[in-house]
Amino acid sequence: MGDDPGAARPALGDPLIQLRGVTKTFGSGAASFQALRGVDFEVTAGDFVAVMGPSGSGKSTMMNILGCLDVPTAGEFLFKGFHVEQLTRDERALLRRRYLGFVFQGFNLLARTNALENVELPLLYRGEKPRARREAAMGALAQVGLADWWDHTPAELSGGQQQRVAIARAIVTSPQVLLADEPTGNLDTARSLEIMELLTRFNRTGITILMVTHEAEMAAYAHTVAHVRDGLVDQVEARAP
Amino acid sequence: MSMLGPTLLLALREIRRHLLRSFLTVLGIVIGVAAVVTMVTLGNGATAAVREQISGLGVNILQVRPGQGFGRGGGGPAPADFDMDDVAAIRDQVAGVVVVAPLSQSSGTAVRNAANWSTTVNGTTSDYFTAQQWDTSSGRTFSVAEEQAGKAVCVIGSTVQRNLFRSEDPLGQRFRLRDLSCEVIGTLMTRGQGGFGNDQDDVVLMPIKTVQRRMTGNRNVRLMMVKVDPAYDTTAVTASIQSLLRERRNIRGAKQDDFNIFDTAQISQTLQGTTRILTALLGAVAAVSLLVGGIGIMNIMLVSVTERTREIGIRLAIGAVGREVLLQFLVEAIVLACLGGVIGLLLALLASWAVAPLLQVPFMFDVRINVIAFVFSALIGVIFGYFPARRAAQLNPIDALRHE
Repeated sequence: MGDDPGAARPALGDPLIQLRGVTKTFGSGAASFQALRGVDFEVTAGDFVAVMGPSGSGKSTMMNILGCLDVPTAGEFLFKGFHVEQLTRDERALLRRRYLGFVFQGFNLLARTNALENVELPLLYRGEKPRARREAAMGALAQVGLADWWDHTPAELSGGQQQRVAIARAIVTSPQVLLADEPTGNLDTARSLEIMELLTRFNRTGITILMVTHEAEMAAYAHTVAHVRDGLVDQVEARAP
Repeated sequence: MSMLGPTLLLALREIRRHLLRSFLTVLGIVIGVAAVVTMVTLGNGATAAVREQISGLGVNILQVRPGQGFGRGGGGPAPADFDMDDVAAIRDQVAGVVVVAPLSQSSGTAVRNAANWSTTVNGTTSDYFTAQQWDTSSGRTFSVAEEQAGKAVCVIGSTVQRNLFRSEDPLGQRFRLRDLSCEVIGTLMTRGQGGFGNDQDDVVLMPIKTVQRRMTGNRNVRLMMVKVDPAYDTTAVTASIQSLLRERRNIRGAKQDDFNIFDTAQISQTLQGTTRILTALLGAVAAVSLLVGGIGIMNIMLVSVTERTREIGIRLAIGAVGREVLLQFLVEAIVLACLGGVIGLLLALLASWAVAPLLQVPFMFDVRINVIAFVFSALIGVIFGYFPARRAAQLNPIDALRHE
């Protein structure tokens, strides 16, 4: 990816993500529901952002848009200068493939597929050669401390281990942004703290992290906390790292 | 295109992961391909068997009989038999005729000591052996002198030999046939079953004059076997014989022939055509089961797409474009269908190899039908895999990820 000018990591502090007046309406007519009501939000490169808010506040919808999985009904979403709201479905997929990594609350690993094959998956779509794929995936597993577990399927791994495999899968492509949707939601405190340590470590290597959580303890790891309420980002606190 | 290798790998992994389900999915294709290929293979064998049996009647042989068709048929007086003058006329006047063997048929019980055997007696000339390409296994055929004198000598088929003489050497022995004491001068090679299920070896051959004088009591010839020079066209020779016989039998103008000329080559073609049509028909019926197999694949692939919605969501979130997901499911369907096709081909090979001897047809491996069946099953994978694959590709990643 060295020949891709877009892949150059922006300098810390540059706005990487900008939401301008983003609204999202589901359904139409009387049954319609406005999940986002004009969100303005900015994320600088290298930041660690926690998005907090009660359920139904619109934080998941916001994360889906930030993850280029969904498009706003109105408003602008700029990612590295791309107007994501104008991109096609496949163009957004390519954007995700190149720049984004995902970690989900439910781990979302492929069942009956060993850890290594799970981590290799994003590389497969990048068209990497088998050997390079294997090496990168093993490297990523080593970074999350699971090198010895590469041939275990999700069913043979604990929740914390599964989430670490998921993180390895998210960072194996060296993404610019890692989106984590309640990454500790299904884990006990000790496992949760391990995951947060991992995220913090990857953040230090320059990966911007966007994390949805409703636990203040986890949000404490972030440098920026955005509070979402009733479809709006109503407060952004910056914390000393 | 660069995705094809990994996609193939994914498809194979997926099939390996669900071995039983994959097998059940392709069972329809397996049975369909096996049915089509077995039918066609056996059908080809049957066609070859018919060809073989017909050629057993003699190569380049025209059989000339009085009457129309196979029976004597219809009302009116029975058409007259031929006589030896007709035989001579055809032999001498028609170009392309090698030999003409007359046949005068009778039957009777052959008796020797305590053994007796009811059999067919054919009066003919030594030309018969040439026309039929039928050699003696021991002894000799009739001499000209024996033919002209109407001597009581005979050449016997192996069935008659077995029943009258057991393991004794029959040469020079005598047996009684009706009121005739007849000397065995030769035995025929064993021929086995004829094209119409008759035992060709159950026969006693005598000089035609002997049969005419001592058994049938007339000078009639029931059948003439005309061997045609391979360099001549049997159709032309048939026409010459026809016009010659019409003249000799005084049939003029539009009046129908009162004899028929049976061209074995033509009959062979007709019968082969019939078995070919039957083969095609059976193959077509079997092809319907292939189609049903294809629908089976679509059914399971649709279930699979629903079942793997979350997986599709993960792939889409990770950055797979719709085309890649489509390709993955399509390749999976095609690989499944091809696997089914290969298993079906092997099964067909085994089945037709095992069944062919039971049906008494030769086992004929036909490369073409195997290739066609394989390509067809791959095609079924494409056609019936496309719809489920497109459905997978069009899933919304957010909904797919939320799918339980």
